[in-house]
Amino acid sequence: MRKKLSISNSQFFSFVKKEFYHIWRDKRTLFILLGMPIIQIIIFGFALTNEVKNVKFAILDNSKDEASLELSQQISSSKYFDLAINLHSYQEIEKEFKKGTIKFAVVFPQNFGKDLLHINKTQVQLIADASDPNVATTLTNYATAIIMDYQLHINANKKLPYTIKTETRMLYNPQQKGAYNFVPGVMAMVLLLVCTMMTAITIVKEKELGTMEIMLVSPMKPIKIVIAKAVPYLLLSIVNILSILLLSVFVLDVPINGSLPLLIAESILFILVSLSLGLLISAGSATQQAAMFISLIGMFLPTIMFSGFMFPVENMPKPLQVISNIVPAKWFFIIVKSVMIKGTGIATVWKETLVLIGMLIFFLTMAIKKFKIRLA
Amino acid sequence: MRTLLFLLQKEFKQIRRDPGILKMMFIMPIMQLIILPNAADYEVKNIKLAVANHDNSEYVRRLVNKITASGYFTLTNYSSSYNDALQSVENDEADLIVEIPANFEQKLIKENEATLFIAVNAINGVKGGLAGGYIKNIIQNYNNQIRTDWVQFPKINPQPVIEVTSSNWYNPQMNYKKFMVPGILVLLLTIIGTNLTANNIVKEKEVGTIEQINVTPIKKYHFILSKLIPFWVLALVVLTIGLVIAKVFYGIIPLGSFLTIYVFAAVYLLAILGLGLLISTYAATQQQSMLVSFFIMMIFVLMSGLYTSIESMPVWAQWITKFNPISYFIEVMRMVVLKGSNFSDILPKLYTVLGFAIVLNTWAVYSYKKRS
Repeated sequence: MRKKLSISNSQFFSFVKKEFYHIWRDKRTLFILLGMPIIQIIIFGFALTNEVKNVKFAILDNSKDEASLELSQQISSSKYFDLAINLHSYQEIEKEFKKGTIKFAVVFPQNFGKDLLHINKTQVQLIADASDPNVATTLTNYATAIIMDYQLHINANKKLPYTIKTETRMLYNPQQKGAYNFVPGVMAMVLLLVCTMMTAITIVKEKELGTMEIMLVSPMKPIKIVIAKAVPYLLLSIVNILSILLLSVFVLDVPINGSLPLLIAESILFILVSLSLGLLISAGSATQQAAMFISLIGMFLPTIMFSGFMFPVENMPKPLQVISNIVPAKWFFIIVKSVMIKGTGIATVWKETLVLIGMLIFFLTMAIKKFKIRLA
Repeated sequence: MRTLLFLLQKEFKQIRRDPGILKMMFIMPIMQLIILPNAADYEVKNIKLAVANHDNSEYVRRLVNKITASGYFTLTNYSSSYNDALQSVENDEADLIVEIPANFEQKLIKENEATLFIAVNAINGVKGGLAGGYIKNIIQNYNNQIRTDWVQFPKINPQPVIEVTSSNWYNPQMNYKKFMVPGILVLLLTIIGTNLTANNIVKEKEVGTIEQINVTPIKKYHFILSKLIPFWVLALVVLTIGLVIAKVFYGIIPLGSFLTIYVFAAVYLLAILGLGLLISTYAATQQQSMLVSFFIMMIFVLMSGLYTSIESMPVWAQWITKFNPISYFIEVMRMVVLKGSNFSDILPKLYTVLGFAIVLNTWAVYSYKKRS
């Protein structure tokens, strides 16, 4: 009995070895697999931010007096706005919007300064290109705040009675850096898509080339053959996690506030979920193209949209919130945010962890059930 | 010319006889276009609020009522300890804490000044900033309210006031879907187009049928064109279906002309399919081509300007986006669909994308070698 077991174990390892050779000898694939997360985390960590700044805008100053010039100066010199042109007529605004050269316009009426001085009341008009509503709202808010500041500034600093002051603290991310949000998000995406796609494709490839048949007639249990194919990707993904974490700490300055072993354990759990999803997809598809379609085209955009790192899940309509629950990346994203950035322990993420374990069991059983020993 | 026609016949037959491709090429994008835009909403609302109250007074009660009545906040935790509130932030049950110090009301009345403490979960920095801004605004309003309770202000403006009026052009209802639907349509077209072409030639390499083509007198550009045209036609069909969905499900009708969209799309698809073919000629296996196209797509999609705005990126990243065809098409879609921009407005972008198309396709023809 024991002898038999050890034979099947050594068989299993020789299968794993074979898979390693497959990957190792395809240097291009190996290079991309290991290099991709590094390049992406650097690019996205620095480039992606929901913040809106340096937006090209135009000023239409019908007044050109001291007050309007000073206010224009203040808006232009803020980090949010970047003066593109000075306009001379109202019609030009529309033209520039249509050409896409500006996204925002500030209009001063005639006698802006005079009215301010004499009747204590004047107006400014802000026009935003709301084809991107997010940018439009943010810009309007920024500009309004700058104008209000200016107004406070010209009002002699009178002290008002009954003042409620507020002191605000930004928890976890005092500088409000985009990377704190995007590193966990990109981590979830890269791991999920790479693991799922790669396992699905390698297995289907053997089906397509006909080599699967050869392996299936070996005395190994078929499911072991398939699992042997996933093992190298598990190890590769662990390397990827380590490189992502090193980069985020040393290059992007995103801290690991919680326990590192827990973070790595959760990541491995997530990789296992992705790999088993890959196995399931491979069991259900006949060609590499089909496997790719499901794992890439079918999962890419939904993962971006539903994992919560681009759009807050609580804002979605109820049915979509329900759908978002089946996206594994959503749970992992919550876990990474809690463990890595908030620095909390398993006590706060046990629910999410259980969901991932449940998904792992579900995908694996489904994959084993669907896996056919006979081809066609 | 005749050779090309025969080749095209072959390609179309191959596609038609692979029910998988057709199904996925049409059903997948349609489903995603119907579902995904509904998930996109950047507006910060339903912020979960925790209140740590050390002063059970009338004023505090009114303040908390005012905050919850604003519609932006839902009270999820109410206690008398800050640690309790912090715990709920750690458990993701609250996003923002308002801490009211002891004797808040007394201080406000006697000392004319009192302080509230606010703590915001800022992992998502922008969301945190906005939530903090909302709460400050509400507190400010509340402050003005109690002032008028106590003090009578003179009726005429005692101080200079600048009134700000703002208008949102092209999308006054601030409808996010108007903004997302054309964008997501572009992404779907691009992902499908690149991946299908990226796989196509490699597949012939893997299966070995490319040898048979290599020994025929077919010219290199014939072969590339025969791979390009079928997917170009199919992608335009997908675009049409997408525009119909935009109309039927979201009521989005382009303000500008359809012709402008189609002309730009036609050129854009040449560029993006050329990119796929280029990947295909270099890759040895489908696995390689998929990985490379996934890698490129992920960068292109996330840096397309649809999810985050390009202006806020650092300068080097903005340079990367200049070589990202998706960012041009998304911008053009937005211009034509929402602003009604005309052909001459988009012309500079059209030239750029045409440039991409020429470079990528020539490169693909050049790098396809008939010798193995």
